[in-house]
Parts: sequence; C-alpha cells; structure tokens
Amino acid sequence: MKMTGGQIICDCLVKEGVDTIYGILGGAILPLYDTLPQFPQLHHILVRHEQCAAHAAEGYARATGKVGVCFATSGPGATNLVTGIANAYLDSTAMVAITGQVARRFIGKDAFQEIDITGITLPITKHNYLVRDGAQLAKVMKEAFYIARTGRPGPVLIDVPKDVFTEQVEYHSPGKVDLPNFKPTMKGHPAQIQKAAKMINEARKPVIIAGRGVIISNASPELKELAEKSQIPVVTTLLGISSFPESHVLSYRWIGMHGMGYANMAVNNADLVIAIGMRFDDRATAEVSGFASHAKIIHIDIDPAEIGKNVPVDVPIVGDVKAVLGPLNKLVEAAQRGEWLKQLDDWRREHPSTDIRETSSILPQYVINQIYHNTNGDATIVTGVGQQQMWAAQHYTYNHPNTFISSGGLGTMGFGLPAAVGVKMGRPEGTVWLIDGDGSFQMTLHELATIQQEKLNIKIAIMNNGFLGMVRQWQELFHGKRYVATPLWGPDFVKLAEAYGIAAVKVRRKDEVIPAIQQAMSYDGPFLIDFGVEPEENVYPMVPPGASLSQFLEMPRKEEALWPQRSTL
Amino acid sequence: MAATKHTLVALVEDRPGVLNRVASLFRRRGFNIQSITVGHSETAGISRMTIVADGTNTSVEQVRKQLDKLVETIKVSDITAEDRVERELALIKVKSTSATRGEIIQIVDVFRANIVDVALDSLTVEVTGDENKMNSLLNLLQAFGIKEVCRTGKIAMTRGIVNPGESSRKQTASEE
Ligand SMILES: Cc1ncc(C[n+]2csc(CCOP(=O)(O)OP(=O)(O)O)c2C)c(N)n1
Repeated sequence: MKMTGGQIICDCLVKEGVDTIYGILGGAILPLYDTLPQFPQLHHILVRHEQCAAHAAEGYARATGKVGVCFATSGPGATNLVTGIANAYLDSTAMVAITGQVARRFIGKDAFQEIDITGITLPITKHNYLVRDGAQLAKVMKEAFYIARTGRPGPVLIDVPKDVFTEQVEYHSPGKVDLPNFKPTMKGHPAQIQKAAKMINEARKPVIIAGRGVIISNASPELKELAEKSQIPVVTTLLGISSFPESHVLSYRWIGMHGMGYANMAVNNADLVIAIGMRFDDRATAEVSGFASHAKIIHIDIDPAEIGKNVPVDVPIVGDVKAVLGPLNKLVEAAQRGEWLKQLDDWRREHPSTDIRETSSILPQYVINQIYHNTNGDATIVTGVGQQQMWAAQHYTYNHPNTFISSGGLGTMGFGLPAAVGVKMGRPEGTVWLIDGDGSFQMTLHELATIQQEKLNIKIAIMNNGFLGMVRQWQELFHGKRYVATPLWGPDFVKLAEAYGIAAVKVRRKDEVIPAIQQAMSYDGPFLIDFGVEPEENVYPMVPPGASLSQFLEMPRKEEALWPQRSTL
Repeated sequence: MAATKHTLVALVEDRPGVLNRVASLFRRRGFNIQSITVGHSETAGISRMTIVADGTNTSVEQVRKQLDKLVETIKVSDITAEDRVERELALIKVKSTSATRGEIIQIVDVFRANIVDVALDSLTVEVTGDENKMNSLLNLLQAFGIKEVCRTGKIAMTRGIVNPGESSRKQTASEE
C-alpha cells in the first residue's frame, strides 16, 4: 500500500500503542501534523515550549510505563527539546522524540531553521536517526521504540526531513526488529545469582539499596519478598523512593546528600550492600572513598556499563531486576537479624532526620506533611528541583510504587509543571500534586496554559520562599552567607493563575494551610496554592560536599521545641 | 592508577555517523585518542577500527562498555594485554642533496622501507612497521631534515593460536 511518510509515522505510533503526543509544530514538521486528523487515536497536546513537550512525555512515560512521545519542528523547536531529552537520558526514561528537519535538498546548506539535531543529541540519546529515505521510516520507527524501551530505557530521536513526511512510499508494516548488536541481557547469570545468594545468607549486617530500576522493572513485589524473607533493611536512592513501602518495618527510607541520617549510617556500617537497579550516583553515595567501606557489594543492574563505574563491586549481576530477583529469592534463606535491625532503630531514634520544628511561621516541611495527611498518602507527587524537592521526598511518606516523580540525574528546574501534565494524562483518575519552588515554577509556568487547555485536574503547591533556596543554602553554609543572585522576585502567583483561568489561593498564615489544602482537594479542577514559607529554612540532614555518607549535618537545635512525634512515620 | 596506552579493536556497522559516535564517546569520558583507524573488515558492511588511547585500566574498561552499548557496534575488545601484530604505515618526505642521497637510501634499505618519490631536494620514504621501527627511522632521518610526515595510525590484530594449550591462559573471566 502506498502511504505518505507522515501517515506511516502515525500508523506506526498507533501500532506501538501510543495515544498521547506532546509537541509544538512549525514549518518542517507541518506535513506530519497535517496527517494527525486521520488518526483520531492519537491525542496531541499542545504545550507552550518544546522543553515541556519532552518533560511532559517523560512524566507520561514514568506514570504509565509506556514510551513517551514528543514532536518538535526543526531548528529552535529541536534545540528546545534538548534539556528534556537529557533529563530522560539521565533518569532512564523511555522516549521517542520526532523532529522535523529541512527538506533533503537543503540539508547541509545552513537553510532556514536547519540545525544538526542528531549531532547535538548524540551524547544524550540511546540512539538517533536522520531518515533520508521514506522507505526506511517504518523500520526506523519500529527500531526506535524497541531501543527506547528495551534494556535500560532511554530517549531516541528521529529527525525527519520535511519532504520525507510527504514522500509517497510503499508501506509494509515492519515485522520483527532485527538489531543483532542490540541485545540487552535480561536474565542474570545463574552462577552469579548463586554467589549473591550465598553472600546474602552469610551476611550479618546486610542492606538493600533500591533504585529506580526496581520501579522501571515493576519489581516492587520481588523486592519486598527478598527483604521480608531474609529480614534485610531497605533504603532507596532518591529516584528509588516508593519502590518499597516507606511505612514497612524494614524501610529505612532513603540515602544520600539529603537522605535520612540513619539510612546513611546503615549503609556505611553494613557488611553487605545489595544494590538493585541503581547506579551509585554521587548524590547518593557522597564521597565514594568513604562509601560502605566495610561492605561487600552485590550490584544488580541491566546496564553492564554501570558495573564498577563509580564503586568497585564484588558480585555483579547484569540483568533485569525482576528477572534477577525471582531466582535469587528462591536461593535466599529465611533469616533473623534482630540485632542489626535494633541497631538501625536506635540510630533512627538518635537521628530522626525529619522532625519538624514547632513554629508560628509556615515551614515548607509542615506544608508537605499536611499534603501527605490530607491526601492519605495516595497522591502522586511531582516536584521541581531544589529544597522543596528534598522536602517533598522527606516529608511525604511513599507507600505505593512509582508515586514520586522528580528530576534526579539532571536536576532540571522547571521539570515539575510539564512533568505533572504528563503524569496526569497518564493517571487521569489519580490525585496529582505538584510541589514546586518559586524559582523552578517560574522556569516553565507557561504550562498553566496547557493545563487549562486540556482541563487537567492538577494541584499545585508553590513553596514560595523568595529565594533560589537550595543555592541560597549553599551560600549560607559554604560561601559566607553572600546571597549573590539568589533573592528572587516573583509575580503574584494567585493573579497569575487567575489570568490562566485557574483557581488559586494565597496562604500566609499557618492556620490557613490545612483549609487551603482541603479546598484544593475538594475543588474539581486545577488549583494553585501559593504558600509563603519561611524564607531561610535549610534542608537537613545534609552531607557536605567531600564528606562521606555518615558525616551528615543535622538541623541545628533552635530554641523552638520539637514536635512531640516524628512527622512522617 | 596510572594511565597507560591501550589498544582497542572495534567492529562496527559501516554507516554514516558511526565514527562520530565512537569518537564522541572517548571525548565525553575524557580520553585523548592517539590514533584511530577505520577500514573494511572481512565481512561486507562491517568496518574495523583500531583505537589507541591513554587511560587507566578501569576507565578504559568503562569506555569499552559504553562503546559496546552503541547500537551499531558489534564487538569491542581491549587487546592491550594480548599477543598481537601491530603495524603502521608512514610517508616521510626528507630533505636530500646529491651528497646525502646515498646515505639516506642506505638507511632506508636497512629498515626495509621504500623510496616512493625522488625529487631534486627531497626523497619520500614509505615505511611499514610497529611503533619502535617508525620512531627509530624517524630519529635517524631527523638529521637530514624532515619536511613532512604522514602516519596512518596503528592497526592491530591478535595473533592466531600456535599452541592450543596456550589459549586458555588468555580467557578472561567474562561472566559478566
Ligand atoms: C535549569 C536549572 N538551572 C539552575 C539550577 C541550579 N539550582 C539548583 S536548585 C536551585 C534553586 C531552586 O529554587 P526554587 O525552585 O525556588 O526552589 P527552592 O530551592 O527554593 O525550594 C537552582 C538555581 C538547576 N538545578 N536547574
């Protein structure tokens, strides 16, 4: 059957199970948009900046486990995607980005809006294509989706010249993908699994560190089985949050620069670390030379290049987390580790890490904790980047898999609002809260228009501290309190929201916090709350740069009394 | 750990952009490529690259694994520790006069190199060999004045097995 390039792309999208696309059109990609009406299964969401098309596609992918799809035109449209693609690359999110390119006869001529986007995205994609022949399109589409989702997920970019969209070619739905050199290892090596089981059975003080790989692999049940069967305490990385229920007795929450003090201590005192679907990022390990120095390390990851990259390991197992944990669990013996667990509980009592001071002003920690209580812990939380991101991770308790969605590897301010768009599209029935900073929010606030246009019921909580808070904290602690370029003027967020037709309230008194959250919850539609929070509040615990995980700073004790009970458990 | 010179061999699909991807990976991980050669392999559609780069053993292993992940790479091996044959080709244009020509030709003969061009004031020498041979010849010719040098960069191949018993020694514990 003869079809145009544009029709082939759309047909392939439908066959890949795509239903939602985020993008902005322009000259080079116009012919593809022109064919969209012939495929009513494809819902296109018009964003206000291409960076947000990629972030929204990522939010959607992370919420649904499907491949996120975004479109952009050539030149500036394509370059605007770059930050979003890089974010997906570092956080291992499956994505296919399709960009228009100038027509073939103009390529290499510096034509209007011509940019070498395959060259630019080379180091931030798993793979990319410039399709110079319409007859290749179907094969390229099939491969792109396969590569994006198979093994360690990641973004793939397909650059399509304008005249390829309109080229009439014979279309055969492609059969199986034939990529002989792209064969990620899924099953773990049995001998390695046996070695790991033996080590676990012999360990006295083991700790599991669970990463986002557990979530990607849908392996929370297997993780729970392993932990329970062998009574192993579980900590997570920042992106591993929610892979293991935080209210579980074996959960010691999460490690890292702003992780729980007791979790960090657990890792640094363990005799065995079982690292599952994580990559020893420096924000998680702190100074590597002091990381888990008493422990043997088992590292389970699907990406062989992660093995031994940052931390030398004793037993590497390359494979999909679920496929490895299944057989591993069979070999692991039931164990009692009362003494070790009691030690951890003692550390938790001595270093509670998430106490909230009693204050008259509004503490962001308090607001987030109230959002937790008022959503019964059932919401999906999306965050910006900065202090509010860390507080959202600390003061909400995550008990359902994949309910914390945040920019980890790239730490992209402005990720929150567009990512929330994608998350809500993926979970229309679920409650979605964005916890954002006034700085991060101002980077992509134009997506309020998208939210309004699509009538997306997203609740937005801005922790408005009038600062680029996280950087201010560093200036306070490490740069003699010289607040260079961190004080931040902001608009009246309530008026701003109203200008977009979105309901909003301003909260400046502590007794208004809970009613505002409840008002947002009961309101049928998007709702924004501007919380004026304590401007110079710092995030603790904090492992200062260069220190090892267990050398964390704790909140300096101020005059104010501590709350009677720990806030989040 | 000290950086040492590593020789990697990569078999890659012969497609546009592949060289770029490979070179970009080395740059991205902070490696200096001393030489990189690309040409056809024994299989149609598959190119063979020989890459010489400085790095520590662990960092080279990291690049090797990253290279291995490229969709278009078939196999990448670090053959630094292997028994191997290495060759490089160089063209050297050396100054010559009627007085020095004879001496240069003698040196070239000793090195089993060839004179491929003769001009009034220069000779062009073609030499093949391993790195030592290249460097020794260049050193000797330096005395006459070198006008131009063009080196291809190294190509390398592990040796075939002579004694079957030998081979098992080399097998790496490549569980993973
Ligand atoms: C795009 C981008 N630019 C700069 C930074 C550096 N940075 C990290 S946190 C931060 C401050 C964030 O401020 P805000 O969003 O108001 O959140 P807060 O820390 O106050 O909660 C900055 C500037 C970044 N992470 N991303």
